[in-house]
Amino acid sequence: MTPHDGHGHDHHGHHHDHAPIEEHEAPPGAFQHLERAVRELLIEKGVLTAEQISRQIDVMESRSPALGARVVAKAWADPAFRDALRADARAAVGMMGIAIPDLPRLVALENAPGLHNLVVCTLCSCYPRMLLGIPPAWYKSAPYRSRAVRDPRGVLAEFGVTLPAGTRIRVSDSTADLRFLVVPERPAGTEGWSEDQLGALVTRDSMIGTGLALPP
Amino acid sequence: MTDGRAMHDLGGLDLGPIDRAEHPRTLYEQRVDALVMLLTSPSVGAFKVDALRRAIEEFSRADYEHLPYYDRWMQAIARLLVEQRVLDQAELDARLAAVAGGAHG
Amino acid sequence: MAEPRLAPGTPVRVRVGFPTTHCRTPFFLRGATGIVEAFVGVFHDPEKLAYHKPGLPGRALYRVRFDHLGPDGAPTGDEVIADIYDHWLEASR
Repeated sequence: MTPHDGHGHDHHGHHHDHAPIEEHEAPPGAFQHLERAVRELLIEKGVLTAEQISRQIDVMESRSPALGARVVAKAWADPAFRDALRADARAAVGMMGIAIPDLPRLVALENAPGLHNLVVCTLCSCYPRMLLGIPPAWYKSAPYRSRAVRDPRGVLAEFGVTLPAGTRIRVSDSTADLRFLVVPERPAGTEGWSEDQLGALVTRDSMIGTGLALPP
Repeated sequence: MTDGRAMHDLGGLDLGPIDRAEHPRTLYEQRVDALVMLLTSPSVGAFKVDALRRAIEEFSRADYEHLPYYDRWMQAIARLLVEQRVLDQAELDARLAAVAGGAHG
Repeated sequence: MAEPRLAPGTPVRVRVGFPTTHCRTPFFLRGATGIVEAFVGVFHDPEKLAYHKPGLPGRALYRVRFDHLGPDGAPTGDEVIADIYDHWLEASR
């Protein structure tokens, strides 16, 4: 028995908890059996250890929008950090004690008055996992992947986002080894706020581009 | 693929409204994700993530469209491990039968 | 590689092609014209990595900006940016 028996749980809350019946209530299906068979064989052959798998699960669970929010808050509060983030995002977040690999390469895309960034991976599900953790199901879905480049304004409307007149949208399709973190615009009325206070305004969706930072 | 568009290549199509429902990751999903990350990591290097993507792109359209996301990755992992001779198909089949037939852990 | 082939600001056209193997140039951009925004770097070729080949010599990767086109085919003022490999790009007039 591994230490992770029982359902994994997400620490960061969700808007809706619609557990698909197939995954939570049915007995293990064919793919769960396949996963177990593959995992057991890989461990027996010394390709992986159970501890490595556990540790990897823990690492991925520790990567979450909260981490991205800290980066955004610091970029808002600290102009020198914001410049460092622009120049070399990996080195900049490294200075915060967040270790991310060289590749894929993290790139910060800053929103500004008149400019709104939206990120998608039309070909699969590339996402800045090293910072934000696992992407939401909708990001990996055919509707989002197909329509984000076809009708970005329509997609934003579905997410309840209306942009000021004259705002240009830049949609980045993550087709290669770059991973994009959107830095939303800092809300007005937050002058003098601490990084912790600012971080609480940064939603996951605002770092993908399907949302804006929360107002104070 | 009548017009040259591969079935995973979805940009520009209109594939309907976006379902924003979310659920906590199951243990199965966490384990599949961990296998992807570990097997493609430089220290293990069983294969590159590019090979996993390619394996998924080789699925039938029916499988691609109907298999849940993590099941696609699990299928691709198994295929590539056999392709790269890390596992052989016979031992995988045998273990699968044992796991499916025996007690669930 | 001394100097990337395509400088920022170069107008480019994405090759059409009908790849039957792994390809990271999306269908919706094939044949499209855009502007190079930046040279990203040199990477192992994903079209080879996908088949367990080393993917060398590396390919230059560029961020390329395209006008977003509306249903009538006219630019909307929005933009799509994709990361495209050198061998899929032709300098255009």
